[in-house]
Amino acid sequence: MTISLWAVVAFAAAALALLPIIAIAATAVADTGDLWGHIVQFVLPQASWNTLVLLAGTGLIATFVGTGAAWIVSAYDFRGRAFLEWALLLPLAVPTYIMAYAYLDILNPLGPVQGVLRWVLGYSSPRQFRLPDIRAMWGAILVFGFVLYPYVYLTARAMFLTQAANVTEVACVLGVPRSGIFWRVALPLARPAIAVGVSLALMEVLNDVGASQFLGVRTLTATVYTTWVVRTDLAGASQIALSMLAIVLAVLMLERWARRNQRYAAAAQNARQMQRQRLRGHSAVLAFALGLAPIAIGFAGPALYLVVAAIRRIEFAGFSSSLLRATLNTVSVSAIATLAILSVGFAVAYVARIHAARWSATAMRLASIGYAVPGTVLAIGILVPVAAVDRTLGSAWHAWTGLPGGLLLLGSGAALVYAYSARFMAISVGGIEAGLSRIPPAYDHASRTLGHPAIGTLLRVHLPLSRSSLTAAGLLVFVDCMKELPATLLLRPLNFESLATLLYGEAARGTYEDAALAALIIVAIGILPVILLAKTSRTFR
Amino acid sequence: MLVLSGVSRRFGEVAALDDISLELGNEQVLCLVGQSGCGKSTLLRAIAGIERLDNGTISIDNTIVSGGDAFVEPEHRRVGFMFQDYALFPHLTVRQNVGFGLHLLSRRHREERVADVLGRIGIEALADRYPHMLSGGEQQRVALARALAPQPRLLLMDEPFSNLDRGLRDRVRQETLSLVRDLRMTAVVVTHDPEEALAIGDMVALMQKGRLVEVGTGARIYDAPWTAYAARFFSRMNVIPAQLNGKFLETPLGRFAAPALEGVPTVLLRPQSIHLSPVGISAWVVERLILGEIEQLLVSVSGMHEPLIIRGTGRHDVRPGDEVFVSVDESKLMIFPQDAAQLGTVTSFNNLEAF
Repeated sequence: MTISLWAVVAFAAAALALLPIIAIAATAVADTGDLWGHIVQFVLPQASWNTLVLLAGTGLIATFVGTGAAWIVSAYDFRGRAFLEWALLLPLAVPTYIMAYAYLDILNPLGPVQGVLRWVLGYSSPRQFRLPDIRAMWGAILVFGFVLYPYVYLTARAMFLTQAANVTEVACVLGVPRSGIFWRVALPLARPAIAVGVSLALMEVLNDVGASQFLGVRTLTATVYTTWVVRTDLAGASQIALSMLAIVLAVLMLERWARRNQRYAAAAQNARQMQRQRLRGHSAVLAFALGLAPIAIGFAGPALYLVVAAIRRIEFAGFSSSLLRATLNTVSVSAIATLAILSVGFAVAYVARIHAARWSATAMRLASIGYAVPGTVLAIGILVPVAAVDRTLGSAWHAWTGLPGGLLLLGSGAALVYAYSARFMAISVGGIEAGLSRIPPAYDHASRTLGHPAIGTLLRVHLPLSRSSLTAAGLLVFVDCMKELPATLLLRPLNFESLATLLYGEAARGTYEDAALAALIIVAIGILPVILLAKTSRTFR
Repeated sequence: MLVLSGVSRRFGEVAALDDISLELGNEQVLCLVGQSGCGKSTLLRAIAGIERLDNGTISIDNTIVSGGDAFVEPEHRRVGFMFQDYALFPHLTVRQNVGFGLHLLSRRHREERVADVLGRIGIEALADRYPHMLSGGEQQRVALARALAPQPRLLLMDEPFSNLDRGLRDRVRQETLSLVRDLRMTAVVVTHDPEEALAIGDMVALMQKGRLVEVGTGARIYDAPWTAYAARFFSRMNVIPAQLNGKFLETPLGRFAAPALEGVPTVLLRPQSIHLSPVGISAWVVERLILGEIEQLLVSVSGMHEPLIIRGTGRHDVRPGDEVFVSVDESKLMIFPQDAAQLGTVTSFNNLEAF
């Protein structure tokens, strides 16, 4: 069999996705240095404990809020239910670090919330009354929980919608009271779906570096970051990163397990919807308020704060040139990365279509492996080989021309595009593959027998028919690139600021200047895929 | 024009095509027929080049297109293919679909050819519609137009009429075939419908489990099948238990002269070859059904496990339990050497129109 160009692309994509993970393992094993003992003794136990507590706490909150909200909008009907149904997805537009950034200021002793509280209670100074400082583990758990619950909400609601109908009716007939249905029927059935949602939320927690730093929680991710940035100890960072991959693996296994169980639980599903119970009066108001609370905390509060802060900033200083540059940087790097990710993703998914075999499916899975790897870990893993290539190229350039060699990959932003590609390839491959799978093979055959070779068939049949899945995948990837903080921080060229890193820098310095505007832009663009998601989850229903 | 020799293809343990050899002359229409899963569609796809061969060769116009080291890609075979579900491109209009295979022509020639084909099939009015706006019959015509537009040297059709409802199907089939004849096309048509196979083809090729059972004209294969499988595939049959006794066959319906055979033969008899008569073998009526023009009687005969099926256009005023006498048209008896293994796998043909 001739190995086509497509196959080469697919295997290259798989190799590039695997490279960072191999590099981390190799670096971690190769050089222990003097610091490793210190890390094991003083850093790792505390950081691991913090990470586990944060994961557990966030998982709990996300489960409660997400499942509760999903049940309210699926089991009851009341005025405003349709609004809640899509608005509950809105926190997805807010990255964790922006959520933390906003609440640091909102709940500041001199901020609006505590000010109102003091006014209500009749105090005049923060010295007389103040709320406990949000910069603590409990603060981090609340912040993460209320911004990440939509993952659970989405999966649980899908389960309630598709499954609850026949089972709840049977339960009613068997005499289970309406209030008992949730605990005795719906919740046990939705457990795998909830677990899938929770595992996705936990991956976000593991990926986060900004929020936990702002809130002073030393997680493993934050430790990886500081070990490299502050101590410039790549081996140490790799070792911590490797131990993080163990936690990632555990979360992945939770997800896999849950998906397997979801499949068999879904066997009983029925296209019919559950009959919603009509609420009136006080109970309707209560249901609406309960559904509104997570939106207020996870989206409306921070968004409102950002709008107000941004308006103030523009009145005071206008739209600064550094912010403009950061916006252009963000858009251009994200656009380039999106283009790269879509092209490679299409190639990988296309190979799996035209050469349906085990090797192509494996290449596809491997190319998608980065979605579970936290951005910090991925960046450290990319730093090792990329720096080596840059050094080699630089010295070759120096030997050839006598001029000092620069950092080609790191300096040009190519390393950044690589990191985005490795991390978000799964979205592109998955979306495009789903799109391609809806094109029957008979179309391929019809085109071939009508005289078009494989490439002509691709251009005239597959590409036009994949347009909507390409657009959707492109939008999701673009927004994710734009929001990505940890990998950007670690791999950006010198003096290169994206919106996310600009915000991070200001928050880290405690200078609240352009950050609110940068955050507002990120959230505003981040709403686009949420709208898309709300639309598709509606048609799914 | 089309020559298959020793064509074989396996999918894992299953032999989808098992040593198939066949020849088709110019301007002939061959009908491949068999139960689902017999390999007929795989054979069609192999001819088109969508499926590769493990063994054997396929040649078109004296050129090997599949087999040995040769493989001509489907886009270079100049073969038209009509798919069962038509596979019309949903993002293209009828005009663009029909013009899809004409990309090598100049714009003017392409437009002329499309207009010509649309006119010939009588679907000019549909030219600017999209496939989802068409009825099943219209889609079928567009698919035909698209396959014919590049003027292929061979037209392959996979169950081209099976997605149409009955009334429409007969008309569309007749139109399609007369067009194929007018254009003097060589064609291979796949169908699972025995009646359709007999009606369409100059040649009928019956397949079973990847093997070619029998090839012949429709009349020959129906009237004088070489195998019990073919006999039972194309019409409803009574299986008559029989014992060979010297030069005679002993059956519950009497003693018949036997050809030179060994072992236990399979004896088949069409329902229309049995009649009620004043004298003959005694039988008891089990059921009487009026199927429009046809009357069907089920009668039980001692020595037979299954009731005997009798069909005819006459009417008999009999009720279940009545005793009747049946006689057999001996010249219509079909006697085959034992092939019990095959007998078991035939689903009975139960179609009045083929009567």
